[in-house]
Amino acid sequence: MLEFDFMQNAFIAGGLVSVLAGVVGFFLVMRGQTFAGHALSHVGFAGATGAALLGLSPIWGLIWVTLLGGVSMGALGERLQGSDIVIGTILSLALGLGMLFLHFFTAYATQATALLFGNVLGVNTDTLWTLAWLGLACLLLLAIMARPLVFASLQPELAEAKGVSLRQVSMLFLAIVALTTAECIQIVGVLLVFTLMVGPAATAQKLTSHLGTGVLLAALLALAEAWLGITLAFYTDWPTSFWITALSSSAYLAVTVLHMLRNRRLLASAA
Amino acid sequence: MSALSLQQVTVSFAGRAVLSDVSLEIGQGLFIGMLGPNGAGKTTLMRTVLGLIRPVGGSIRVLGEPASRGNAAVGYIPQLRSLAGNMRLRGWDFVASACNGHRWGLPILSRAARQEVHWALDMVGATELARRPLMETSGGERQRLLLAQALLGRPRLLLLDEPLISLDPHHQHGVVTLVKQVQQELGITVIFSAHELNPLLAAIDQVLYLGRGQAALGKVDEVITKPVLSRLYGSNIDVIRMKNRIFVMAGDVEVEKEEHCHHA
Repeated sequence: MLEFDFMQNAFIAGGLVSVLAGVVGFFLVMRGQTFAGHALSHVGFAGATGAALLGLSPIWGLIWVTLLGGVSMGALGERLQGSDIVIGTILSLALGLGMLFLHFFTAYATQATALLFGNVLGVNTDTLWTLAWLGLACLLLLAIMARPLVFASLQPELAEAKGVSLRQVSMLFLAIVALTTAECIQIVGVLLVFTLMVGPAATAQKLTSHLGTGVLLAALLALAEAWLGITLAFYTDWPTSFWITALSSSAYLAVTVLHMLRNRRLLASAA
Repeated sequence: MSALSLQQVTVSFAGRAVLSDVSLEIGQGLFIGMLGPNGAGKTTLMRTVLGLIRPVGGSIRVLGEPASRGNAAVGYIPQLRSLAGNMRLRGWDFVASACNGHRWGLPILSRAARQEVHWALDMVGATELARRPLMETSGGERQRLLLAQALLGRPRLLLLDEPLISLDPHHQHGVVTLVKQVQQELGITVIFSAHELNPLLAAIDQVLYLGRGQAALGKVDEVITKPVLSRLYGSNIDVIRMKNRIFVMAGDVEVEKEEHCHHA
């Protein structure tokens, strides 16, 4: 299957994005901000359709608007954190706006499915380069801020006392999340970003209690799920996004069941 | 040089004066129990000492230096929050996150930093404990890990915000004994805030009682008295002693019990 250019592109794009999503997702789960990540992808939908309506590049519309959304969420900080209602309202407003933009620009409507559910088989070389550079920038930024990010996520009050700016950390991290979300949308679409960002990270956290191992495992799981999903899609002709979501949720389910069985055995041996 | 010196300090929080014109000196190497009703400013005072809240008036000196954020000489255990998302992480990573945690870069510890974490865990007897995920530790064990974390950087003043909250009496005793032992061994100053005086009675050198913007510092017998507490509560308070315990009563209600219930 690798003799096809579009399959090569799909594997490269899937690889780049899934590794990034796994790593960033690990911290997103650790900070309990998964819903914010989910909302950012919907904000991206409005960005992409709005850009298309204005005759601008949809992918850059997507990137800039999610980035703006991420930074604003970070700046609002604690007032927004954990506020499911505010985040949920923004999420639905963004989807509504996206619908409105599509209504005015019907020619773009054919792209809507790709935007909502992803189209990794349609990634061209230009997009590939954009994904690569953005991904690299995100990983670099994450590497630079990793230590204060972990500290601020685990012990915010103590981190603040030791001189960490919680707002700065939150804004920078949500900027990274926004860019990662924009990347994920290229692969699995707006509605399924959770599957690459949260699924592998949550599975990894059930498998290990070590921080470093967990990050690595999340990246590897995401990569395996993305590549296996693309391969299965090629041979079954079913949508790639379906396969990735199926693999991501199966992995999580399997680990959860294993955990339950182990705990039951532990309880039984303790009794 | 005192561990903590407040001179005519006034601190406002949300437009209300939490401390007004408070002056006190806490000597080095003392174990101070900090008490007072909810909203009396126990946490606010700690955050002021940490440099997170600027006083409206007066001056605060911590070990001779003006209070400032990021002072390595001050260790801190914030009030325990839920660690919902992080419960699967092992204790070691949780404790180690505070090691140079304010510096940019990857959280990879140098050999010296790892030794520092080992030392801190060893100080509180949590080396074994740190291998387990947080979700498999009890409340008392978690306080042990938090204490180890606070000891990183070898602080000379330790601020502990309500470490006894939601612990049963047995574990409360364990935590107080451990803190006392560490405090004696390292010769540091500890300010330990709590809702109830009795669990601390055997350990503390002095008590710092806050109420209505004012503070009283001194030996238990000097501070836990009818006139001092009546002034801090702004109502008639009775102090009843029974064997080795002290009950602070407003009318026929035990005030500490009342506060505790409200909090829970």
